[in-house]
Amino acid sequence: MLLPLLDVLQSVPILSYLPVAVLGLTAFLPERLAVELASIFLIFTSQAWNLTFAWYQSLITIPGELREASIIFRFHPYLRFRTLELPFAAIHLIWNSMMSWAGGWFFLMAAEMFTVGARDFRLPGLGSYLQEAANRGDTRALGWGLATLVVLIVALDQLVWRPLLAWAERFKLEMVESEIQASSWFYEALKGSRVRSSLWRSFAALDQWLSMRSLRRSVTAKGKNRKLSHSMFYGLAVFFGVLLVFGAAWAGKFLFSLPGSYWLLIAEGAGATALRVAAALVISVLWTVPVGLLVGLNPRVASWIQPAVQIAASIPATALFPILVLGLLHLPFGLNLGAVLLMLAGSQWYILFNVIAGARTIPQDLKNTALLLGLSWKQRWRILYLPALFPYLVTGAITASGGAWNASIVAEYVHFGGQRLGTVGLGALIAQATERGHYVLLFAATLTMSVVVVILNRVLWRRLYRLSEARYKLG
Amino acid sequence: MPEPLLELRDVTQVYRSGTRAFLALKDVHLTLAEGEFVVLLGPSGCGKSTLLRIATGLQKPTSGVVLYRGEPLRGVNPRATIVFQTFALFPWLTVLENVEVAAAARGLPPAERRRRALEMLDRVGLDGFEEAYPRELSGGMRQKVGFARAMVVEPELLCLDEPFSSLDALSAAALRGELLELWHSGKISTKAILMVTHNIEEAVFLGDRLLLMEKDPGRIVAEVRVPLAPPRRHQTGEFRAVVDEVYALLAGETQPEPVELGSAPGEPGRVRALPDVPVASLAGLVEALAATPGGRHDLYKLAGDLHVDSDHLLRSVEALELLGFVTVAKGDIALTPLGGTFAGAGILARKEIFAARLRRLPIVRWLLELLEAAEGGRLRGEVVARALELQFPQKEAEKQFKVIVDWGRYAELFAYDDATDALYLETATRATT
Repeated sequence: MLLPLLDVLQSVPILSYLPVAVLGLTAFLPERLAVELASIFLIFTSQAWNLTFAWYQSLITIPGELREASIIFRFHPYLRFRTLELPFAAIHLIWNSMMSWAGGWFFLMAAEMFTVGARDFRLPGLGSYLQEAANRGDTRALGWGLATLVVLIVALDQLVWRPLLAWAERFKLEMVESEIQASSWFYEALKGSRVRSSLWRSFAALDQWLSMRSLRRSVTAKGKNRKLSHSMFYGLAVFFGVLLVFGAAWAGKFLFSLPGSYWLLIAEGAGATALRVAAALVISVLWTVPVGLLVGLNPRVASWIQPAVQIAASIPATALFPILVLGLLHLPFGLNLGAVLLMLAGSQWYILFNVIAGARTIPQDLKNTALLLGLSWKQRWRILYLPALFPYLVTGAITASGGAWNASIVAEYVHFGGQRLGTVGLGALIAQATERGHYVLLFAATLTMSVVVVILNRVLWRRLYRLSEARYKLG
Repeated sequence: MPEPLLELRDVTQVYRSGTRAFLALKDVHLTLAEGEFVVLLGPSGCGKSTLLRIATGLQKPTSGVVLYRGEPLRGVNPRATIVFQTFALFPWLTVLENVEVAAAARGLPPAERRRRALEMLDRVGLDGFEEAYPRELSGGMRQKVGFARAMVVEPELLCLDEPFSSLDALSAAALRGELLELWHSGKISTKAILMVTHNIEEAVFLGDRLLLMEKDPGRIVAEVRVPLAPPRRHQTGEFRAVVDEVYALLAGETQPEPVELGSAPGEPGRVRALPDVPVASLAGLVEALAATPGGRHDLYKLAGDLHVDSDHLLRSVEALELLGFVTVAKGDIALTPLGGTFAGAGILARKEIFAARLRRLPIVRWLLELLEAAEGGRLRGEVVARALELQFPQKEAEKQFKVIVDWGRYAELFAYDDATDALYLETATRATT
């Protein structure tokens, strides 16, 4: 039940939450605080589903015998969490956090400065600074802002993510030593320091306390607790059920109040956006496959290019967007081109990462065989590389297409320097509806986007994924 | 007779898939007294691992009771532990931590659990490896950690789930000896051992009492007491006599053909599942039998000469019996005249003989009739797989499909195209590609 739900939640474009959150919160909180919370909420939603998904996926892939071992040795819940579930999910969670974090940067500008209806909200922050600079066309200020952003991203990468990854190396499930290991100078430096040992001590104390608590609880409360949680579960289920029915009825009524002409607009927009997403994906695949393969096949190149790519990927293209549009406006289909480029910027990295990873896993035996057989470049592509990369390509494309749909909201409609520019598209409709406070349209367009994304996932991506699992899985 | 430590009464395990129910275990009785080392021995798929999980309380049987010291078992038995086939060590914990964590789960204070873990590691000979991670150790060493972890909680009942089957032969032999040393030394708290294996020699080497199991449905069919005093040696005549006896019991006797073949899917009577053995393996066994004069062999010797494990050998023998290439009686195997002809034939003639014999198997006949009735002599593999699922549990049905396709392809009775999932008669026109 959880998986389809997460699927749907992930498909809802996060920017659509914004007006709902802002209006909901300003109703009972001071405006400053409400907007701040709404902004955090927005960035939270862009990350939460992804992480929940990663956690859930990890839990269901824990090997049966490890689980059985934790039962037969009677691990209490906390011990099971700490020695089995958390370590098992750690790498997955950290990678997904990194991805989500990059996604957060991407929407930073939209989340810190926006108009809802007649009201203009802005928060102090790098996002609104960049947007303001872009609006005024102040390239110097924009440059400084961008530089700050890059420094911030690199610093976070070096001081937070790398050390975490290096630390999480120990949670690799493989029973063999692998040659590629994440390393971090900062982590190495921390290892011997006093800060770490005192941190460690407080962690150990907390761990001990939690462990004792869980042990005592699991001894004293047997059976009784379960009954209680059962009735609580049913209570919650009924509550949400009722809520769902009322929500659906209200939504139905709400949607019917939207004139037919708007629905036509939505359909047209969905088609246009779908075409742009497809274009962005095709372009991504066309350039990332050869480049990713080249990088992945050369471990030495990969070792210095990968971190560079990671940094490039986490620079939010939204920050560059206004400049880009400025340059493209004079061309025919300028904004269209710009929109596709921004979607590209928001999605191509997922594919590139996956292709590099895929290329690294092609077995040496197969590469040697291809050489020994004297296969031409063309044959090698057709027989070895493309089939071997296919599963990775599909995985990357699934994430990328989600990212592209989401990016359409910022990509298809811009306003800066007093100008408002928009093209035909579902994203543009959502952005305009937000700005004008046209909530029925916002709701209808958002719903349409979710439905389209879910249908695409079910019909297209899931099938491709199954095909890749069944036929092109190496080893 | 003193009260048994563990007793299973009328244990039955049923798995449901869709509307059909399959018996994984049927009416199993089992008792285990203090001081006993009992081995559950049987072919893969006979439910012996399931039985072990039921005995420890990891799994609840569909019906029947599990008594521990006369009390019905509720939940997981706190006095039992398991050593797993795949070790089930936590890769992110060191050897010492892996052992300690089991003691931690019982709420022992840190100093005490460390003392016990170190002592247990010392006892299994892992001194010096405390800070190593499992991935740094060989399979044999890893399983020692598995044993140390199981014994650090001082279990009364030690359950072993094929603990030696993922080790190389030499490490396995060494570890078996060390297990017996610990067990006979009386220095561990373990009161009884229940082990699962499919390796006959291993069972005879370790067990006081062997419970032989059969599949379809999983049940205990015989009990063998091993009257040998330790230390047991593989080469002695008494040891071989017991091994021979077990082979004879597990291999059974070749039955008259109609009984041996069983009935086709959908017909009344027992449908005979094909043993999961590759064709090449069958040909190899027939050649080995033909190569020695006399044509009669002791099965247990054959296993030794060919260096195959007993489970694989018994499955191959079962397949050859089905095909009518060998007969088995009292633990001896003999090539039939047909089997002799097969051994002497060339590549193409072998295929013809194999095809002729395959056509007699009810399950193959059934499939051929289905294909002939189908339009163009072709069917989707999925259709056949579904039909097999009405007969076998899902996993077994998949296996049966795989074996039928493998054997049928070799015999050139039908072909299978994996890309389009099409199963078609060799006589049918190939799909235009």
